[in-house]
Amino acid sequence: MNTPAHAADFLRRQSFIELNARERANVLVDAGTARELLGPFDRIESPWLAAQGITPQADDGCVVIKGKIAGQAAVVTALEGAFQGGSIGEVSGAKMTAALDLAAQDCERGVPTSAVILLETGGVRLQEGNLGLAAIAELMNAVLVLRRRAPVVCLTAGTVGCFGGMALVAGLASYVVMTREGRLGMNGPEVIQEENGVEEFDASDRSLIWAIHGGEQRQALGLVDALVEDDVSQIAEAVRASILKGVPSTHRSSEIDLYRRRIQALDASRQWDPRELRTSWNDQPHTEEKQ
Amino acid sequence: METIELSYPAKRKIPSRAHIGVVGSGDLEVLIEPAEGKSAQVRIRTSVEGFEATWRAVLDRFFSGYDGLASIQINDAGAAPGVVSLRLAQAVEASEQ
Repeated sequence: MNTPAHAADFLRRQSFIELNARERANVLVDAGTARELLGPFDRIESPWLAAQGITPQADDGCVVIKGKIAGQAAVVTALEGAFQGGSIGEVSGAKMTAALDLAAQDCERGVPTSAVILLETGGVRLQEGNLGLAAIAELMNAVLVLRRRAPVVCLTAGTVGCFGGMALVAGLASYVVMTREGRLGMNGPEVIQEENGVEEFDASDRSLIWAIHGGEQRQALGLVDALVEDDVSQIAEAVRASILKGVPSTHRSSEIDLYRRRIQALDASRQWDPRELRTSWNDQPHTEEKQ
Repeated sequence: METIELSYPAKRKIPSRAHIGVVGSGDLEVLIEPAEGKSAQVRIRTSVEGFEATWRAVLDRFFSGYDGLASIQINDAGAAPGVVSLRLAQAVEASEQ
């Protein structure tokens, strides 16, 4: 494993996971094209957190960068996983939705504008309740509108991962990019343990968590289009390549028959091993629909 | 959450604004901007209450070596004094470029 060649490759890598949301968004756009919209000095922050004794962040944990990727117009929105778990509140949700709406308007005006959404999030911000839920519904709607005109790429690099309603947003994306460190799932490990007990899911078992929610497993099940190392240039290249593929002929979320068949064929009376699923669910969606 | 406001006499105009950090556990964000008038203003919002004397000591020390006419906003999620000083130094470095 640790041959000198591998070591040299490892040393050349620049970690993407170690970057904050603003840095992540900036490294994905072509050099010199980045322009931040509603940045921290605009002070569009959550009006709800201070009343609950929580210090707000000046950008509400959502960074919007307009620029170019592979020479084409693009907007990158990034959630800051370190601020309130990357949760979606009224303001952060509205910033993302508005960015996607404007991209769709630009497409209509003849300027194809794709979107990249960096998801490090536990989903709805509990302190903002229904406003967060509404924000996710609006965001899903915005993705559905934009993805017909330009690719929408969701990237979950880690280490927060992407859970809750935001996993549904990732499910609607044209393309999903992940690292092995990233996790993706509707219900996170602690939620499952809380609801169904430790026998159902031991949220302290990290190998179990990554065996189920981790990027490698998600790719093996056909839920991820590109699995990359935690490296700035590899991730930026995967995002560029996704955008250059254009709008896919079939979106993953339209393959209802495929997923219904998979679930119907699953014997829920016994415990499944995550690796078993890779073989029983090896009917890859994008090849299947092309008949 | 507690809000602390401090001010220090200052004359030197600073070249630009800068933003550093994240309101993550044990960390903070600093927004520093050129200001008008005769004093630098500091507005701190911190999730940990009861440490006004410590904040004052950290900022007193910072302004003993800094003369910028700046408006500084700090949004804090429980950073230790050393982290606060480092983030302030980073913000100053970025705002002097």
